[in-house]
Amino acid sequence: MSIRILKPGLLTTLQDAGRMGFQHLGVNPGGAMDLRAMQTANALVLNGLDEAVIEFYFPAPVIQFKAASFIALSGADFSATANGTPIPINHPIYLPANTVLQFNRKIQGQIGYLAVQGGFDLSDWLNSYSTNLKVAAGGFEGRTLLTGDEIDLKRHAKWNGSGIESAVMPWKAATESFYTTNPFRFIPGNEFDLLSEHAKKIFTTEGFTIQPQSDRMGYRLHGPTLDVAISTEMISTAVTRGTIQRLPSGQCIVLMADHQTTGGYPRIGHIISADLPGLAQKGSAEVLHFTPTDLFTAENLWVAQEQHLQQLKNACILQLDAYHRIPF
Amino acid sequence: MEAPAYHIYPLGDRGLTIELGKDINATTNRQVHQLFRQLQHNPIQFVSDIIPAYSSVSIIYDTNAIKKAFPHELAFDYVKGQLIDRLNSLDTYETNHLIKHIPVCYDVSLAPDLKAVAAHAQISVEELIRIHTALVYTVYMIGFLPGFPYMASVDKKIQMPRKAQPQLIVPAGSVGIAGEQTGIYPLDSPGGWQLIGQTPLLLFDVALETPCLLEPGQQVQFNAISLAEFYAIKKEISA
Repeated sequence: MSIRILKPGLLTTLQDAGRMGFQHLGVNPGGAMDLRAMQTANALVLNGLDEAVIEFYFPAPVIQFKAASFIALSGADFSATANGTPIPINHPIYLPANTVLQFNRKIQGQIGYLAVQGGFDLSDWLNSYSTNLKVAAGGFEGRTLLTGDEIDLKRHAKWNGSGIESAVMPWKAATESFYTTNPFRFIPGNEFDLLSEHAKKIFTTEGFTIQPQSDRMGYRLHGPTLDVAISTEMISTAVTRGTIQRLPSGQCIVLMADHQTTGGYPRIGHIISADLPGLAQKGSAEVLHFTPTDLFTAENLWVAQEQHLQQLKNACILQLDAYHRIPF
Repeated sequence: MEAPAYHIYPLGDRGLTIELGKDINATTNRQVHQLFRQLQHNPIQFVSDIIPAYSSVSIIYDTNAIKKAFPHELAFDYVKGQLIDRLNSLDTYETNHLIKHIPVCYDVSLAPDLKAVAAHAQISVEELIRIHTALVYTVYMIGFLPGFPYMASVDKKIQMPRKAQPQLIVPAGSVGIAGEQTGIYPLDSPGGWQLIGQTPLLLFDVALETPCLLEPGQQVQFNAISLAEFYAIKKEISA
């Protein structure tokens, strides 16, 4: 009762909602880059929303399921096939034993998620299953998945399908409300007013291009140089996921899941949480625009996404229950 | 004790920061750690992380859970109100006064910048070691890497700015100086501090339930050890 990695992919790790409560020791939360995709995949297979999932980039891993499994893919669409048959993202899917799951090309997005019903049988590190590559802890042996790795599943798929063919359940998660495209909304940061009036205008009107050296720590942007009106030495203070820092070069970085806990560069803004899944799915050379918003809007959008997920999970329970009543 | 002057601002939509000062100084930092202790002992509901820094404390909270409990309030306002309530009795929780002694080997084979720092200070290497080990430092904050302690204040005589070009790999355990700060690299990593020694101790050990050797607010003093002692301790730890 396990899955086996036949090919590792570019950067394949176990992630959950992140490691909370250790930032005062410099241990960052990490966790899934696209939390909503992780939660959608979990909802579709009736897992707890924050169960650990496999996060992958393209080229993606090739995975063999030793036992019959009930899975869902969400986030990026990498044109998945199960034993050669195309399968969609955002649907629950039954896979018979020995199915090989692979991903063939990038269609949309940058980061894919695989949830398996029941979850992966892992040991936690500091109350989380997220992989922290920097200290080599958490997830699966604290590292990216490699060819030959076998990850145990906590239990068998509850539902037994027809046994031979993979089967795509006919209901689909609506995820549109998780994926804002431009402009991305931000709460102005404490150092926003260090920018010159001209730079403030540029920041909210011009485009900023994601650079290739972007990763799970942060997305580096290239755009018009942002001048500061007041040049001050800042002392280190906390930063968080979504924080937009102005680097000494006048360019920016948006901090992502594996951000440092503290930083000493001016924080000109914070991308609102509800827009971070959309941002996570943007790739190199894509152009971002930013627009300011307020806390009232930001908090309500985040809560609305949570409610949408809860509804999705409830709907999945009902759908699967109804589906079971249909005789094969 | 009277509440210190403060400024509270949002750190995105799931966090806030309270700033108690704008510079690195012992008084402000003591207030930071008193507030940190206060928030640990008297926690605000729905808070997941409390991050003390030089002159600020940041709080990360579960916006969704707060909005569920208090639908008509901003989550930010709820946490801010709870925080202000806790500002008036900061001296209830003092930080740990026990001094943590950390063995450091100041041998040039482990300290690539030892001679440069001594030259910069126009003193002998022996005098540099004597000054660096004479003072008790405070862990002002932990950040940058898991378990990296920012400690201050280094004696003015041996202060030296960080390097213009960071070194690509600083070995774990390296003890460095940057201006008035001294710190220890817990992991192999890039770094720009002037490296004057190395400790055989593990600053961060993932195998331990409490992985971090030091905690924010802690007092630290360095003890000079020989190269032979350094390798003996190192061997003992890895055994």
